[in-house]
Amino acid sequence: MSITTFLIISLIKSAVVIGVLLTVVAYSVWLERKVSARIQNRWGPTRVGPFGLLQPLADGAKFIFKEDLTQPHVYKPLYIAAPTISLVFAITSISVIPFGNWVNLGPWGTYLQITDLNVGLLVVLAITSMGVYGIALAGWSSNNKYSLLGGLRASAQMVSYEVSLGLSLVGVLIMAGSLSLRDIVDAQHGVFWGFIPRWNIFHGQTLGFFIYLISAYAETNRTPFDLPEAESELVAGYHTEYSSMKFAMFFMAEYANMTTAACLATLMFLGGWNGPIFGPVILQDLLPVFWFCLKVFFFIFLYVWVRWTLPRFRYDQLMSFGWKVLLPLAMANIVYTALVVALRAQYPGKFF
Amino acid sequence: MFHLILFLCFGAICVAGAINLLVQSHPINSALSLIVVMASLAAEYLLLGAEFVAAVQVIVYAGAIMVLFVITIMLLNAGKEERTQGSRIATLVGVPGVAIGGLLVAWTLLHGSNGEKVAIGALPGDPKDIARLLFHDFLLPFEVTSVLILIAIMGAVVLASRPEAIARPHPHSSAPAVEEPGELVAPGKER
Repeated sequence: MSITTFLIISLIKSAVVIGVLLTVVAYSVWLERKVSARIQNRWGPTRVGPFGLLQPLADGAKFIFKEDLTQPHVYKPLYIAAPTISLVFAITSISVIPFGNWVNLGPWGTYLQITDLNVGLLVVLAITSMGVYGIALAGWSSNNKYSLLGGLRASAQMVSYEVSLGLSLVGVLIMAGSLSLRDIVDAQHGVFWGFIPRWNIFHGQTLGFFIYLISAYAETNRTPFDLPEAESELVAGYHTEYSSMKFAMFFMAEYANMTTAACLATLMFLGGWNGPIFGPVILQDLLPVFWFCLKVFFFIFLYVWVRWTLPRFRYDQLMSFGWKVLLPLAMANIVYTALVVALRAQYPGKFF
Repeated sequence: MFHLILFLCFGAICVAGAINLLVQSHPINSALSLIVVMASLAAEYLLLGAEFVAAVQVIVYAGAIMVLFVITIMLLNAGKEERTQGSRIATLVGVPGVAIGGLLVAWTLLHGSNGEKVAIGALPGDPKDIARLLFHDFLLPFEVTSVLILIAIMGAVVLASRPEAIARPHPHSSAPAVEEPGELVAPGKER
């Protein structure tokens, strides 16, 4: 493959992935509004388009045309940079996520992934860990007590839960023996006893999966861990002073982070694009992507479902839960997984 | 060629960030410049082929340590620092010191490396190699370092906890010690 072809294919892939990601972000807002409405026995958006399906477009137009307020007391350079930092890192983290297998497009073929790194998982974690700055700086530069409290809470919470999130994934890494997301998915290929898929969640990583799920909710600042923007005490937390598109950028960053966390959960625990494959060649190419999207959709739906079901934690509960419950459990999970893998290597065939 | 251009670009960003770190008078701008330095260093490692080190550089330095710096600055609400003329000794020693240091580094790079240079993208940075080094060849130094870090953490905890919070003998020790009524606070959460 020449450098020109490579560049063209990479550009097309990046454009498609970012386009799809932003569409998913817009429609998860729609999904959130619809599901919350059903949970509360009302209709949700119905006016714009069938089932309110064009509502995200109307919302986007509204955000663009709203007045963009900049209060005189803010520290302007960082006040403007903060939403950008949030959104940029939220979108960049999708760059190493694989969506499917190798596909052939005429003379060229490509993996359904922008780029494959042999430390893909670490890159995702690194980029998401940089997203904290957007929120922390927004809180600080707004020069407002509610914003500052929200920003401080967000950074403390994200730094704390990042530890258990990272450790919950180590079990999967031990099982797969690789940091590449593609290898991790390939290691989950196949079935037990003819019908149970060999996904990590059914393969000894059930505890790790739940630790990851809880930490991911805290990492993305979603209920029951949405203390950074707890509206009953902090007005709106770190984005109190933001309006118009700047607020929308925080909003988009939150949903993009949700999508990345859902993709990562799918890849690490639910077998990625593994699923029943049948039919003609074109269907065989498309089915893995369909299974992947279905699993990601399940996680996004779960996010919404949890948000409209559970109340918010108290701050000290949040911190003690993260450090005293999740962290020891994640470490126990690592020790247990390492022990099982070592025993399996020592006595092959005794442990499945 | 493309890699070399990128490498030089990130090197320039790194140096610019480092200079900006010294020039800025507001602590938060300096901290943010340091993050730029860390992140562009990570990009340099990535271009050299050390992907694992690059990712760890971002996770540990840019993502964790610098977050704590920024939180501290936010909490202390540190203002602009005052500009002073500085001492004469700093100028007299510092400028020649930087010049000598730069000359030494340049001379070492040009003459002292025996022609052994790593090509861009050729640094062995596979996680497996690093794991073998850390957990096999240099296991003892690695474990001793982690004990050292543990001691540092314990020292920080001891220094941070107020001495009066550690149980003092009750002044009226003849009377049975009565627990002070108060709200139930988890250990370590005392205000």
